[in-house]
Order: sequence, then C-alpha cells, then structure tokens
Amino acid sequence: MLAYTIRRLVLAIPTLIFIAFVIFMLLELAPGDPMANMPLSIPPEVREQMRQALGLGQPWYIRFGLWLYQFFVVEPQYWIDAAFGTNFADGAQRIISFQSRSPVFEIIAERVPQTLWVVGMSYIVGVIIALPIGIAGAYWQYSWFDQLGTFISMVGFSVPTFFTGVLLIVIFAVNLGWFPSIYNTTLVVEDWESFLAQLRQMAMPVFVLALYNAAQISRYMRASMLDNLGQDYVRTARAKGMNERIVVLKHVLRNSMIPVITVIALGVPQVFGGAIITEQVFKVNGLGQLLIIAIQGSDIPMVLTLTFIFAVLIVAFNLIADILYGVFDPRIRYD
Amino acid sequence: MTDRTDPHERAEPPPSPAVPAGGAPDGGEIAEAAGSAAPGQSSTSLWRDVWVQFREHKGAVIGLAFLIFITLFVIAGPWIWQVDPADLDIRNKDVRPIYTWLWDREADVMWSRPLGTDNLGRDILANLMQGGRVSMAVGWVAMLLALILGTLIGVLAGYFRALDGLLMRFTDLMLALPLLPLLLVMMLLFRDQLRAAFGPEQGIFVLIVTAIGITSWMHTARIVRGDILALKEREYVLAARSIGTPSRRMITRHLLPNVLSPIMVSATLGLATAIITESALSFLGLGFPSDYPTWGKILFDSVERMERFPERVIWPGLCISLTVLAVNYIGDGLRDALDPRIRGR
Repeated sequence: MLAYTIRRLVLAIPTLIFIAFVIFMLLELAPGDPMANMPLSIPPEVREQMRQALGLGQPWYIRFGLWLYQFFVVEPQYWIDAAFGTNFADGAQRIISFQSRSPVFEIIAERVPQTLWVVGMSYIVGVIIALPIGIAGAYWQYSWFDQLGTFISMVGFSVPTFFTGVLLIVIFAVNLGWFPSIYNTTLVVEDWESFLAQLRQMAMPVFVLALYNAAQISRYMRASMLDNLGQDYVRTARAKGMNERIVVLKHVLRNSMIPVITVIALGVPQVFGGAIITEQVFKVNGLGQLLIIAIQGSDIPMVLTLTFIFAVLIVAFNLIADILYGVFDPRIRYD
Repeated sequence: MTDRTDPHERAEPPPSPAVPAGGAPDGGEIAEAAGSAAPGQSSTSLWRDVWVQFREHKGAVIGLAFLIFITLFVIAGPWIWQVDPADLDIRNKDVRPIYTWLWDREADVMWSRPLGTDNLGRDILANLMQGGRVSMAVGWVAMLLALILGTLIGVLAGYFRALDGLLMRFTDLMLALPLLPLLLVMMLLFRDQLRAAFGPEQGIFVLIVTAIGITSWMHTARIVRGDILALKEREYVLAARSIGTPSRRMITRHLLPNVLSPIMVSATLGLATAIITESALSFLGLGFPSDYPTWGKILFDSVERMERFPERVIWPGLCISLTVLAVNYIGDGLRDALDPRIRGR
C-alpha cells in the first residue's frame, strides 16, 4: 500500500505540471490585456514599461518556469517562515496579482475561511442527511419513504443550484424575511447574537449546496445498500437469529459504506468548483467569486494559481479515494 | 439498479449508468430472454421490448411527455404566439403575469401579455420560447458532440491496444482538470475571435457548444471502452475476425450496435448536463450577449429585480429545472429498459 501511494504521488507530479501547462497556455492565448483598465492618457512607452514591470515582456517559457518556481519553492518558504519565524524566503519575489498588486496567496488566504465555512458545512450537512435517507430507502425499497427520497434526490441534482438559491431568496428572504439574502463577511462572531446572525446568513447557501450534495450521495448509498442486502452473508446472519438492527446497521452498512466513502472523498474538490455559482448567488466573497473577478479582470497569475489549486484538490482527492478504497476493502490489493 | 463505483470508474457523476459487467449482450440473447418472458407475442423486436419496459417506468413516461411538450413549445410556439421577443414596447413595461390579478386587483396586467413583460417591455412568453430554442439547441448539439468524441475515443482505446494507454491517460488528465473554471476562461478567451469569424450570435453558439462538448466526453469514453474491451472477447467477434472482417467493418457492424445502450444512457445524462452548464455560464454572465435570450440568460437578467417581479426568475428557472428533471427521468427509465437483467422481470 505504501509503495502504491508513493508511486501514485510520483505520478501525480507530471500530471499536475501538465495541467499547469495547459492552463497557462490557455491563458497565454487570452486577448485580455491587464493594461486595459489603465487610463488612455498614459503614453505608449510608459505603458510598455508597465507591461515590463508586470513581467509580460519575457517569453512564455521563462514566465511559466518562474511561476512554477514561485508556486512550488518560494511560496512554501514563506509559509514556513510565517509558521516558525525563520527566514528561508529572504524576500524572494512571490506570485503577485495583477489587479491588487499584493501576493496571490495572501488574497486567497483571506477568502478561504468563507468558502470553507459555507461549502465545508454544506458538505457535512449533505452527508449527514444523505446517509440515513439512503439506508432507509434501500431497506424499505419501494415504500412511500423510498419513493419520496428518490424523487427528492432526483429533483436535488436536476434543479441547478442557481435556481434553488434564487428561489430560496424569493421565498425566505423577500417574502418571509427570515434570512438575509446577502452573506455579510464582515460579521464577527463574538456573542450569542452575532452567532445567531451568522447561522441565519449561512442557512440558505448551506441548504442549497447540502441539498445538491445529499441528492448525489443518497443515491449511491441506496444503490450500495441494495447491492449488499441481497448478498448471501445477510441471509446467513439472519438465519443464525441475529437481531435485524445489527444485521442492517453493522453487517450491511459497513460493507455498503466502502464505495460511498470513496464517492464522498471524490466529491470534495467538485464541491469547491460547484460552489462558484452558489457563492455568486448569495454574494459570498469566497474563492469562487475571487476567480470570477480575476477572470473578468484578466488577472493571469490569480486565475492560474486558483485554477491550479482546484486541479491539485482534484488529483489529491482522487488519490485519497483510491487509498481509502484499498484501506476499507481488503479484497482490493493494489500491489 | 446498481450504481457501482470501483477505482477504475471513479469521478463518475451520480446518475452513473451501471454498465453490466459482461458488457451489453448481443441482440439474439435479448430477444430470447424477453421472448420467454412475454409469451403470446408472436414477433418481438429488441426495440419493441425496450419500449414495453420503458412504459413501465412512470417517471420516464411523464418525463418523455414533458420533453416532447417543451420541445413543441419552443419550436412550434413562436408560430402560434406571434410576438417578436426582441420587440421593445417601453410603454407596456413591467406588466405582471395575468394570474397576478387573482390576488391583486390593482396589478398591471394585460391579456395580450399573459406572462407579463420585462423592464424594457419585451414579452416574457415569447422570450421563453426563443430562449428555450437556444438552450435546447445548445444542449442537443453539445451532447451530440460530446457523444461522438467520447464514442470515438472509447472505441479507439478499447479496440486498438496500442492506443489504449495513451488515450486513457489523456482521459484521466481531462478528468483531473477543474472544468467549470476552465470553461469560464475559455468563454472569455475565444469570445472575440469567434464573434469576428461567425458573427455575434453564431460565434458564441459555436464557442459554447464546443467548450461544453470537449469538456464532457470523458465518461462516455470510459464506459464505451470498458464495454468494447468485454465485447472483444466474445466468440462472435472471434468468428467475424476469422472470416477476415476488417477493423472498420468490425467496429461499425459488430461492436458499435452492441454498445448502443450505454451510449444512449450517457446521451440523456449529457443532454441534462449540457443544458445546466449553458445556463450556468449564462448565469455567471459569460454566456450569450444580453439581447439574445436563453433560459439561463433571462434568469440572470431578472435576478436584480426579483424582489418586485419574482415571476421573471421563476418561469425560466422552472423551464430549465423541469426539462433537466424530465431528461434525467428518461435516462433512468432508459437504463432500466436497456438492461436485460431487469427487462422482462
């Protein structure tokens, strides 16, 4: 297993570099000019100097190599410096955003908490809702509960999140006035009042994403339970007079969880990507909104870094899912 | 129905078409199995059996009926409801839908504008029809493109051993790309070039369709490859090869017809995703130009005024959601109907 993990990790490096290259070349073709928003009164030679200052004068392979070096060498040095008070980085050039002229990773670090709060919470809520629905739906297959659960999960992944979000805003924010429609990032949780306010503003975005995630996971859970409920070992367990609760919740559930856990792991990076839309609907200024702003402003270092982080998440969680599969299912041997 | 995930088939979207482990059996077996299950029917063809089983699935039948209805609505609707969707009637702007009158007698309603007008006085019903045409067209074309690409790559990888490793690594790589951010980047990048080449509307149409198509073929390719690999080991393939069938005939005559059912199931999924992706792009403001309505675009334009005019977001949203729901139900029914283990049970 260790050898397999190491092999996969080594294989991930060329994959990631290739992905970075694809994204970089796509952005290289971009007609968008980061200078477009500057006043037209700037003379052409000054404009050219400003382009040079942004590092746009060099050929693409030098800029790509520089970005790779900054991402994999300089940035980790800064993190270590910040954590232990050392001075490895020694003032080396970091990845700088074209728009704000501050280091890309500082801006990302500012945005991560909002995204993690809303998206992370919604994923946890989604999983917590999905598992019981899947289990009960499979156990009482074709009962009214199962019919309802299947229908809701079908609706959950058919209705796009931007429509669920807008619908919830119309109902709960505009007509009933229960929840605010805009996520206020400046809110600091210090007492009970502000905690309640935080809960209220998180309620709708979390619900929208949770419904979407729960819809997908509960289908897997149900299918996997159904697969296992018909197996011979279940009949054996019942035949020896075992309590039905133990049969279902211990024998069947534990075996059914194997594929579901990998599905849950695989869903994590997609949640970050899919949250772009939900963040836009509820005006949560998280990573997704940052990406949209950066794309519109031709902020190449920001777009490149953010997209690459998403790619790293996908590759990492694919690996985690495969390893988890091997850990939980002794029949799977990778070596 | 089982949705199985194994490490080789990971990153599958939830309504994953479960591929029978042995691949799709050939037509003869199916006809036999179904024939024995339904005695009394003198002649049964494969597609007739599939249709009989499909009708058993209530959701799928309703879904099919709705899809036909909405298709007729967007195609034939503009001939019956002859209002120009782009017509600016500024004097009759912000008209509420006719049913608002039931609870609000003061509301500004008009019989000639049954679903009301927007802030520039454009008729919403006509816009829904026009927007639906574009949304459905994008969905169908993008799905077909993804399907052709996916089938081609899947068949090549499954049939020619030399290409297998390379093509499947490429597929894995594509699956590791963050697709929505890349789609957004692509929309921004090639917008101007394609506009210049094909004109403002066709250019964006080509761009959206291509972008969605080349980012969503991977699952089809994997499924097709898996099935082709299994089918290749069958005796009838060996028999065909032994009489000297060339590769091209082998693929078109013997292999493709037998992978048709998983392809059809992934077609329904592809249609649903393509419609959602197009409306998501429009919703993020990176889709079609603003005077060119699609369902997602109408929804996006109405969000600012949804507090006073909630109907303007609800109608296009309902159109998208119900269409996607219908297509997903059809996919579900089709999957059951095409699965010989379920049919005739």
